[in-house]
Amino acid sequence: MKNVVEQKVLALNGNEAVAYAVKQCDVDVVAAYPITPQTIIVERFSEYVANGEVETAFVCTESEHSALTACLTASLTGARTFTASASAGLALMHEMLFVTSGCRAPVVMAIANRALSAPINIHGDQSDTMAQRDSGWIQIYAENAQEVYDSVIQAFRIAEHPEVLLPAMVCLDGFQLSHSVENVNVLPDDVVKKFVGVRQFPKVLTHEGKLAPLRLDPENPMTMGPLAFPNYYFEFKRQQEEAMKKALEVIKQVHDEYAEISGRTYGDGLLDAYRLEDAEIATVCLGSTAGTVKTVVDELREKGVRAGLLRIRAFRPLPVEGIRRALEDVKAVAVMDRSISFGGQGGAVFHEVRHALYDSEKRPLVVDYIYGLGGRDTSPTQIHAIYKDLQEIAKQGRVEVPVKYVGLRE
Amino acid sequence: MTVKEKEKGWKEISIAAVCWKPSTEFLTGDWKTYKPVRDLAKCTRCLLCAIFCPDGAIQWNADKNDIEFDYKYCKGCGICANECPVKAIEMKLE
Repeated sequence: MKNVVEQKVLALNGNEAVAYAVKQCDVDVVAAYPITPQTIIVERFSEYVANGEVETAFVCTESEHSALTACLTASLTGARTFTASASAGLALMHEMLFVTSGCRAPVVMAIANRALSAPINIHGDQSDTMAQRDSGWIQIYAENAQEVYDSVIQAFRIAEHPEVLLPAMVCLDGFQLSHSVENVNVLPDDVVKKFVGVRQFPKVLTHEGKLAPLRLDPENPMTMGPLAFPNYYFEFKRQQEEAMKKALEVIKQVHDEYAEISGRTYGDGLLDAYRLEDAEIATVCLGSTAGTVKTVVDELREKGVRAGLLRIRAFRPLPVEGIRRALEDVKAVAVMDRSISFGGQGGAVFHEVRHALYDSEKRPLVVDYIYGLGGRDTSPTQIHAIYKDLQEIAKQGRVEVPVKYVGLRE
Repeated sequence: MTVKEKEKGWKEISIAAVCWKPSTEFLTGDWKTYKPVRDLAKCTRCLLCAIFCPDGAIQWNADKNDIEFDYKYCKGCGICANECPVKAIEMKLE
């Protein structure tokens, strides 16, 4: 960590941390729908544009569907692009999320995770991004405003890596992170600009028989994402899966490289383990809840309980091997899901963590806790209760109720 | 009519589904059920059919001073027959 640069501390909420990071990342185009469920992210960024602090073209669109379409098409010309949304806005982008990943456009988007209607809610949970987990986007979930800032900068490098070329979402819990002010260390502008660099383009074979950089350019005409019938569509989807595999490595590399200049690490970039080495019981969660869980883990450790936490930072691509290695020696695992997969017996994180552990010979007991839907607060007391359940499950050696609800009235 | 070639694997093809062949290599003429046939006496060479053809399958041949249907690409949609102001194009079952 000898190359760590001097940084200033700003009081920023998560939204402002995103806007500040984007301001430093030399972004060419920001397109966004400016009204609810939009957050302060693009409002703050539009102020940078109005003040002449950035050279970014700011495009106000009539919907989130159009906002992402504008980012996609600008990205295909070689521009660095960014947008932000949440909840219903992200849901409206659904179609274009797949087009963006299919066209391999490295758009970066911040999502202030918020509940989906109906009933109308606007408060925080992770239903919006969990519903988009199969859209071919990288998903990184941040624990605090500092990590939000760091992750946005890293996201451009990850998404634009020529062997990845996938769009990326940086997810920050609505209100807990998006609207809470924290101290955030920010890097100098020139350091960030150098870190993100300029976009590189892999060469592709075009219809003119030429090898040309993958971007729309009148000098080298090409068609991206046109019709692919049953004889070719499947092959393109397989390429996207390969890019996700590559992203597992690239997320770690970019995280490590960023740590060199910032002095900050988040586990290995994919998974952030807390007091997990000798843990007998552990929880798994994403996002800001990890902060509360760490406090509870510390309290339990003081009492001699071998409790730990695994925070999944990269949910797409999912570090399956890493999850297995991190948890297979734990006796009982509680997955915390801040969304629900209706009819699927539990939430997405539960399904995937259990899937990762199935191939382990030790195969720990895994139980799901649905929590915090629609912004319901989750207290340390409730997390203590989860660990108490885990102790009992570990003792009994079996799971009686695989899916439970935290803080729900009967 | 479309020329068959050995289909490539996922490692061999361009990413982002970038076309590695021009669309002119995809002959769509065998899609049609009905074929446009022109009555040369009625046709005024107004070129509306060429303008409306979604496939660019009707071209102006300067040497012949006349239009030509390119049946290699014509899908038989019938838009030309529908748009012809003098009803000079008839869609005939192939």
